[in-house]
Amino acid sequence: MSDTVESGSTVVGRPGLGGGNAGGNGTRHFVADRFGVFSRQREATVLVVTVALLLYFGLTHASSFVTQTNAVDLLSELMAPIAIIAIGEVLLLICGEIDLSVGFIYTFAPFVMYFAVNDYHVPAALAIILGLLTGVVAGWVNGFITVTLGVPSFITTIGTGFILLGLGLVLSGGEPTEIPPISMSAGKWLGVPGNPWQWMPLIWTVVLVLIFHLVLVRTRWGLYTIAAGGNLLGAREAGINVGRIKYGNFMITGFLGALVGLQTAFYTNNVDPLAGGYTPMFYAVIAAVIGGTAMLGGSGTILGAFLGAIVLATLTDGFDVIGVNANWLGIIFGGAILVAMIANVQLARLRQAGRTL
Amino acid sequence: MTAQDQVPPPLGAPGAALDEVLRAEHISKSYGAVTALRDVTVRLAHGEVLGLIGDNGAGKSTLMKILCGFQQPDSGRIVVDGEEVTLKSVMQARALGIDVVYQDLALVNELSVYHNMFLNRELVRWPLLSNRSMRRIAQEHLTEMGVNVPSVSVPVASLSGGQRQAIAVARAVFANAKILLLDEPLAAMGVKEGAMILDLVQDLKRRGDVSVIIIAHNYGQVLQVCDRVNLIQHGTITLDKPTAQTSVQELNDIVVAEYRRAMEERQRSE
Repeated sequence: MSDTVESGSTVVGRPGLGGGNAGGNGTRHFVADRFGVFSRQREATVLVVTVALLLYFGLTHASSFVTQTNAVDLLSELMAPIAIIAIGEVLLLICGEIDLSVGFIYTFAPFVMYFAVNDYHVPAALAIILGLLTGVVAGWVNGFITVTLGVPSFITTIGTGFILLGLGLVLSGGEPTEIPPISMSAGKWLGVPGNPWQWMPLIWTVVLVLIFHLVLVRTRWGLYTIAAGGNLLGAREAGINVGRIKYGNFMITGFLGALVGLQTAFYTNNVDPLAGGYTPMFYAVIAAVIGGTAMLGGSGTILGAFLGAIVLATLTDGFDVIGVNANWLGIIFGGAILVAMIANVQLARLRQAGRTL
Repeated sequence: MTAQDQVPPPLGAPGAALDEVLRAEHISKSYGAVTALRDVTVRLAHGEVLGLIGDNGAGKSTLMKILCGFQQPDSGRIVVDGEEVTLKSVMQARALGIDVVYQDLALVNELSVYHNMFLNRELVRWPLLSNRSMRRIAQEHLTEMGVNVPSVSVPVASLSGGQRQAIAVARAVFANAKILLLDEPLAAMGVKEGAMILDLVQDLKRRGDVSVIIIAHNYGQVLQVCDRVNLIQHGTITLDKPTAQTSVQELNDIVVAEYRRAMEERQRSE
């Protein structure tokens, strides 16, 4: 029995059966433990990078970086949209899907709100809810085409994204317009410039991050999301309704995209058919990946993506503050993505090694 | 039912008193032009371990999919504990106590051992999972079954093939399975790990509250734990004997003879 206890991994605890491959088990567990530490280290690493960046910009450019104006720029304007959309992309990536259309849901939802108030005299709060519902419906359509009709989400959401872009352009005639002033009293809850409402995007972000972090790690929904991406067939065999999970995560992402679109529209007092698009979506995916979400599904964290969003926002804002040419940003972002992805791939390899040893 | 007259069910003693927990009678299943099962009858006694043995493509997997509710037969009936049932889904079969451990194990590598043990049966104090309770109960259950893992909190990805198989079996037993279908439990497993799984089956047999069907194409090892053996060839059962009355040699001879006959037929037709 002492053999089996020492190797710590024998299947059936019986003398004589497990002792022989103690060496093999030892190696495997060394790798497995290392993997566990690495994966936990992932969030810690991003946290260290975040703090280091903030310290660097804060210490070297205190007068311009450590100000309330800049904090609002960084957190409410730059970080919040990335982080909120990233929540949805993390859930989708974990369950094995992606939404490339979310940036166009962002574009389209404010128009629904705008026309509801302007043309149909819908109360502003209700119009905002209609805008959010548009996102949920768009997410449902993405789910329907992907799950029920069987089109890969990469293709589905390119298609629906174009349609939403086109709809926004057709409805607006290609011209941006101001938010109807009547709706501002409701819209300030989403965030508008000036104290204290300028902090609303940050508050929304923190609340949503905490809620969906709990959803992912402490609820059935999160467990099934991981199961759907980790072992689709196995999850089905266990009787999990995988389609429902994917539909739901598309709808959550649509909702979050619409929320960010409405927030940005109110914050900038501008309903713009050219707002949103691919850029916020890609930033969100990059934040997720930097935060440790696997593109191939099965693993990822909301907190990691939140930190990833802070890193991206800090880089954008920080280089702007210290006056670095914005052209350099592309190179820096590209490097950050590649480093994160290389780490991701190598970790997966390590995990494979742990499985087959 | 002329097919029945031509091919009498080759049961050792049809209708003999067997304390049956499961009986699948006259099961047939075709996929388009391909006949996978032809009038197959399988019986399983309480607490029995039945070896369902056959070559690749003989129809064992189809039979298993039908028994676990994953697919429906074209004809035939299934009786569980004396009552005729229609198995329309895996969930329904599971509710009747029929559970299957698939070859691919249906474990989620990214989830911990205890989350896998409780997959789709989680303990929840709404809206949150009761992780602590699940961890404790999973640990107790594995200890009771003699399954040893470093910790129930590690991801399944970090376990060996044998450990993963043991977790999958323990999960099914944990779910109160009365009838356990093990699909190729020893495939892709080393001799030692295979021995561990067979020991686990022996333990189940000793406990006596679970009946087991082991589906395998390599019968040498499996025979050690089986009470009875059914040989399935070309979609029909051609041998049904207590393990004590047969041997690896006999099974080998039957399979080889069949192979020879097929070769001769092919030569004749050429």
